[in-house]
Amino acid sequence: MDDLPEKPAKQDKNDEPKKSKPSSSSSGVSRRDFLKISGVSAAVPLVSHVSALALDDTAHVQGPGKVPVSLNVNGKKLNAQLEPRVTLLDALRDQFELTGAKRVCDRGTCGACTILMDNKAVYACSVLAIDAQAAQITTVEGLGEPGHLHPIQQAFIDNDAQQCGFCTPGFVVATKAFLDQHPNPTPEQIKHGLGGNFCRCGTYAGMRAAVLQAAKTKGA
Amino acid sequence: MADDNTKYGWPAAGQRTLIGKRISRVDGPDKVSGRAKYTYDVHRPGMLYGKVVRSPHAHAKVVSVDASAAEKMPGVKGVYIIQDKGSEIHWAGDDVVVVAAVDEPTAADAARAIKVEYQPLPFFVDDFTQPQNVAESTGPLTQRDVGQMINDDMPDDQLLATVQKRGLAFKVSPELAKRLKDNEVSDEVIKALQAAPVKEPQPNDSPYKKETEQVKGDPDAGFKEADVVSEGVYGCPVITHCCLESHGSIAEWPDNDHLFSHISTQNVSGLAGQFAQALKIPESNVHVHQDHIGGGFGSKFGIDRWGAYTAQVSKKAGGKPVRVMLERDAELEVAGCRPSAFAKVKVGAKKDGTLTAWQSESWGTGGPGGGGAPPMPYVVNIPNQRKQHTAVATNIGPARAWRAPNHPQGCLITMSAIEDCAAKIGMDPLQLMLKNIALTAPPEDTFHRAETYRDELMIAADLIGWKQNWHPRGQGSGTTKRGLGLAIHTWGGRGHESNCALTIYPTGSVEIQMGTQDLGVGTRTAILIVAGDTLGLQLNQMELKIGDNQYPKSGGSGGSTTIGGVSSSTRRAAIDAREQLFAKVASALNAKPEDLEAVGGSIRVKSAPSRSLSWKDACARLGTQPIQALGKNPGPGDLISSGVGGAVMADVSVDTETGIVKMNKMVCAQDCGLVISLKTAESQVYGAMIMGIATTLYEEKIMDNNLGAMLNPNMDFYRLAGIGDVGELVVHMMTGKGYDERGPIGLGEPPTVGPMAAIGNAVANAIGVRVPFLPITPDRVVNALNPQGGNNATV
Repeated sequence: MDDLPEKPAKQDKNDEPKKSKPSSSSSGVSRRDFLKISGVSAAVPLVSHVSALALDDTAHVQGPGKVPVSLNVNGKKLNAQLEPRVTLLDALRDQFELTGAKRVCDRGTCGACTILMDNKAVYACSVLAIDAQAAQITTVEGLGEPGHLHPIQQAFIDNDAQQCGFCTPGFVVATKAFLDQHPNPTPEQIKHGLGGNFCRCGTYAGMRAAVLQAAKTKGA
Repeated sequence: MADDNTKYGWPAAGQRTLIGKRISRVDGPDKVSGRAKYTYDVHRPGMLYGKVVRSPHAHAKVVSVDASAAEKMPGVKGVYIIQDKGSEIHWAGDDVVVVAAVDEPTAADAARAIKVEYQPLPFFVDDFTQPQNVAESTGPLTQRDVGQMINDDMPDDQLLATVQKRGLAFKVSPELAKRLKDNEVSDEVIKALQAAPVKEPQPNDSPYKKETEQVKGDPDAGFKEADVVSEGVYGCPVITHCCLESHGSIAEWPDNDHLFSHISTQNVSGLAGQFAQALKIPESNVHVHQDHIGGGFGSKFGIDRWGAYTAQVSKKAGGKPVRVMLERDAELEVAGCRPSAFAKVKVGAKKDGTLTAWQSESWGTGGPGGGGAPPMPYVVNIPNQRKQHTAVATNIGPARAWRAPNHPQGCLITMSAIEDCAAKIGMDPLQLMLKNIALTAPPEDTFHRAETYRDELMIAADLIGWKQNWHPRGQGSGTTKRGLGLAIHTWGGRGHESNCALTIYPTGSVEIQMGTQDLGVGTRTAILIVAGDTLGLQLNQMELKIGDNQYPKSGGSGGSTTIGGVSSSTRRAAIDAREQLFAKVASALNAKPEDLEAVGGSIRVKSAPSRSLSWKDACARLGTQPIQALGKNPGPGDLISSGVGGAVMADVSVDTETGIVKMNKMVCAQDCGLVISLKTAESQVYGAMIMGIATTLYEEKIMDNNLGAMLNPNMDFYRLAGIGDVGELVVHMMTGKGYDERGPIGLGEPPTVGPMAAIGNAVANAIGVRVPFLPITPDRVVNALNPQGGNNATV
């Protein structure tokens, strides 16, 4: 576990949040970090520092009306004219027809829209497309395709870790980010690591087995 | 008939190559890679985006609608007023106006620019308080009452008796009769409704409708006979379906009187008629398509109001495709509601556990139409009964079928009351259940139901370690208490109407077409397993086309009727096609057609397997003429039956200081006749248990009595179970001799029934007192443990 890639130094190993909220492009402080800072220390100076940085952001006004947006998705440059209020999820789905990430709760709860931004799992419904322009974005379509599936995708099939399948792409991507950080996960870690996604049909039994299989396949 | 059974019957265990094997679902690769296209994912050329203005009031009259500003906004292509001036709104979130615009932000702005004025009216959303001093209803039944009775699966004889006694407040029109028939209401009931006396409705301002008291045996004598009488109150609130893919569709008009709808539905073949009726176009002009569906659970059988208005607004926009998918809040407010059920119950038993009497006063809501009585006592047919139900009409969104309608509620109330009774006697509830097992045999027991329940209980008990881990109530030291609980459940699940067109081409390719749908239960996989097993082919050697009403009609996926329908129509089609193929190639193998078999990708002589043709070579002998076969259900041969059961047991730990319930383990032993697709069948049962955990511990449609609105129309506070919430899960499918002969029987609903009761009983067993109402939230646990602590959950 010492060679975990890109692990934020401050985070507690046992209480790893699965989702880092994306860093807003210039402040470098994610909402998660913000909550951590304010929650742990309740330090007024720190909080105001963050607020000041956030204020700084508003200096670069974009819109109203459509603005050019350029995204790097699955290794391809994708360009569009979008209103600044359009989320990354809606841009991927409605503009670029990458519909693997699903719109379900649309407010950062259910995880069906999980994608990778610079290899971190992110809820695409909670990022603005204009804020995602600097990142390398990977969607479930970029992990593998029928005929050339990623070992995680194969493990989900082998263990029937899906029914209706609407939550599945989100879980597959979340599993990718989780296994990158926990190559040999314990059942307890899986519970926490995939705790940011919901399934309605009830496929968790297969999913737990799938994550363990994928971890083994990857190590082999 | 016997010949038909020989011809079409299921292969014997030793001859099954695919049936009952553990096979991965065929659409798995598309789903895991994000390639599976759901309605929400479909982009039609030039597609517009719809947004809906919804009523904030639970009950109101629409006074005025002004959409003029929205109509003038750039990018807005169509506005359709769904409920104009004078319309009466019956629940918050009801649809009032829809706009279609070039993109979603523009549509949202336009929706905001629409001004609707309402005259708020009195509303009622309290289904929790027990109705007091309510007189029995005697007035004629409204159309809504009858619809509710049908939705609630009230047995025909009960329904007919009620109609006879109270009469109708409406006349059954030919259109309504047809709609009833489309909804699989029996001819006998439709005839009786048409013949029923029509009476003037009585004004009734009360939300309560008290049904006639039902008595069976001699309840007074039954209670007198009892050594112990246990009393309790139990219940569960309204929950929503919370399909991850919300309801919705994309409508377009290729020309003025043809509709093409991509729609998220459980009922691909059944929607054209509904569209035709709503839009006044011929049924044959409606094309319905769906590749994948992101959850339905009983809530997606109709086109719904939104299906109709999406088509209307598309027409306003010149027929361009318009997508309207419900937002998450609307999905939870208006598109899913499983009726609540509460009951005050008395159970009488002898010291040895023999149950002697049941009495219940129940109530519940299914929205404006009230809510029917759940079946009680559930499965355990206690000899003497007195029961009365009061339906509570509320301004909560309308009820929809939710997996095994009314069974989970009936099971929860019954199994909880029986467990409390066992505790009062000081008896192990498993022993009490076994003692009364004969009461579980249905009146016409064509299967050994009681013995099967016994077997299932013993298997479940073994899997959960009942003998080692069960203890009398509330024992154990420390602040965290462990407990076990059980429940048994049942469901019907006969196969629906289904047509399967199977074509074998001279090239050797096989195509199957059917107007069914795969809700994620593995329907595609099951159809291909049956066809492959029959034709001696692997799944990937055939092409299956479903999800379109241009394919032969197959029933809606409800009531666990899909597997029976599609497997039997497919079997018949494949047998007939195989017979034709044998006839074509027999001479080439110097054999009679009846001496041939199709195994492992070849056609060969049974007695001399070396005399064979590969599948491809055999098909090449068809010349230019493909083989076409249409298999139907119902059809020749007894391929399916109905009536299944199962036993569920739960093991929980409860922190008595915080009130948090932790699932340690849950097991289910379940029968469903012949299992076609073992892997996906097991997934159904796992899923059912997990849904049950969510329902028991988290789910509730919380209504605000002051505002009349749902307080938690989002997934933060309408909580589902997460991967860390479910504990260990074990599924045991009852298969083999005694089960397989019954043919396949549906599985979607039955295992969803027992979990609430099993978990609730495990909590009572752990902490020593009953938490009366679901969800079993920490505050309710703490309150149950500290009855003097105030805010106690009592009625």
